Amino acid sequence: MRGIEVLFLGNNMLRLLSGLWVTVRLALISIGFSLVLGSALGAVMTLKNPVVKVLTRVYLEIIRIMPQLVFLFIVFFGVTKLTGANLSGEVSAVIVFTLWGTAEVGDLVRSAFGAIPKHQFESGASLGLSKLRLYLYVIFPQALRGLLPNIINLSMRMIMTTALVSLIGVTEVLKVGKQIIDANRFDYPNAAIWVYAAIFLLYFLICFPLSLISRRLAKRRADK
Amino acid sequence: MSEHIIDINHLVKSFGDNSVINDLSLSVSKGEVVVLIGPSGCGKSTLLRCLNGLEPIQGGSVSLHGEAVEHGSAGLHKIRQKIGMVFQSYDLFPHMTVLKNVILAPVKVQKRDKAEATEAALALLDRVGLKDKADAYPSELSGGQKQRVAIVRSLIMNPDIMLLDEITAALDPEMVHEVLNVVLDLAKNGTTMMIVTHEMAFAEAVADRVVFLDGGVIVEEGAPAEFFHNPKTERAQRFLKTFTYSR
Repeated sequence: MRGIEVLFLGNNMLRLLSGLWVTVRLALISIGFSLVLGSALGAVMTLKNPVVKVLTRVYLEIIRIMPQLVFLFIVFFGVTKLTGANLSGEVSAVIVFTLWGTAEVGDLVRSAFGAIPKHQFESGASLGLSKLRLYLYVIFPQALRGLLPNIINLSMRMIMTTALVSLIGVTEVLKVGKQIIDANRFDYPNAAIWVYAAIFLLYFLICFPLSLISRRLAKRRADK
Repeated sequence: MSEHIIDINHLVKSFGDNSVINDLSLSVSKGEVVVLIGPSGCGKSTLLRCLNGLEPIQGGSVSLHGEAVEHGSAGLHKIRQKIGMVFQSYDLFPHMTVLKNVILAPVKVQKRDKAEATEAALALLDRVGLKDKADAYPSELSGGQKQRVAIVRSLIMNPDIMLLDEITAALDPEMVHEVLNVVLDLAKNGTTMMIVTHEMAFAEAVADRVVFLDGGVIVEEGAPAEFFHNPKTERAQRFLKTFTYSR
């Protein structure tokens, strides 16, 4: 058990938790932007226009093919080099995660609406519902049910992927952990395992409830 | 001649080059039950869809009480409140209970009082034997029960006419009966209906008038007893023969 004390030295635990907050905040901001922009993108993607289709497809594929780390480097180093704008690590991260999230949310929104059978539109319209009411009461609630579990899954992936931003100088939970390990390398050579275990636990505490909710929602949807 | 509910004048409908309805005219009077029959692809379902503005038409006109029914027109949703339509596919809204499915349109579209609509909904559900399912979700119902709810959902709007588009075609045989009995009951109570069906015995029982379509035109029409037992046209005779078996 030697080494576990390092977690409780000074304000180490507090530092880890504030690092975790940086992680969660990054993810929350990015997801917030992604939801707004992604919904708009999804709406655009349902259009039958072939040009729109190709453009959105290309965007989606590029985002999916590109490793997030490469993407982070391009924005953090590349944009600064090209434009001289000095983006902070955190802003770069939000940009990258938002671009990624927008693509994913857009695709989820498109498929959620695409999955609603045509006769749901027709039977709603036959009841005399105006277009607005048809979407409000019949289409959106159904699309949302399909979307919610997927959005939560995406949020989880985003929270986990934020670990990468330590590589562009953002002091999130992983970076804090590394600092603690480095600072205590001589007194507590075993610190690494305990610090990383603690970080693992922190990620778990955040992601596991999300995973549960998402599974519960998906199941409830399958039952109905 | 009593009051016309629906007037179809020289209706032309085509999908691209494929013409489905050719210059068809037909009127339905108040309280009348018209059954459309004919081979697959003869245009009978398409005709019903045109009556509700679900399909753009290429010529002629459809009117309800003299008011034009036009696909894509701004006032279409107002006219549709007076036309009830039930489809072949179970088209209940899966995220709402049976009761919510039924009262959605009366409350949100007709702006009726929720308590009054609920009472009316329960009375109608009772009439089709489903009052105890009011709080169930569509996924908990059988196909026949779903179709009965779909009928109630249209009926509660007090439509001027009900359009039934092969409402039993996707049902198991034992469930066909329970649904068609509801329709027979409506007919007895003077509901104006246009029905597309492949159930010939039912068609004969429910119809005031049978309209036989083929190739997008009316080939023959008449009283059910006359049409089913003494069809005049050779085409109708051939069609009806496909429903009888002998070895």
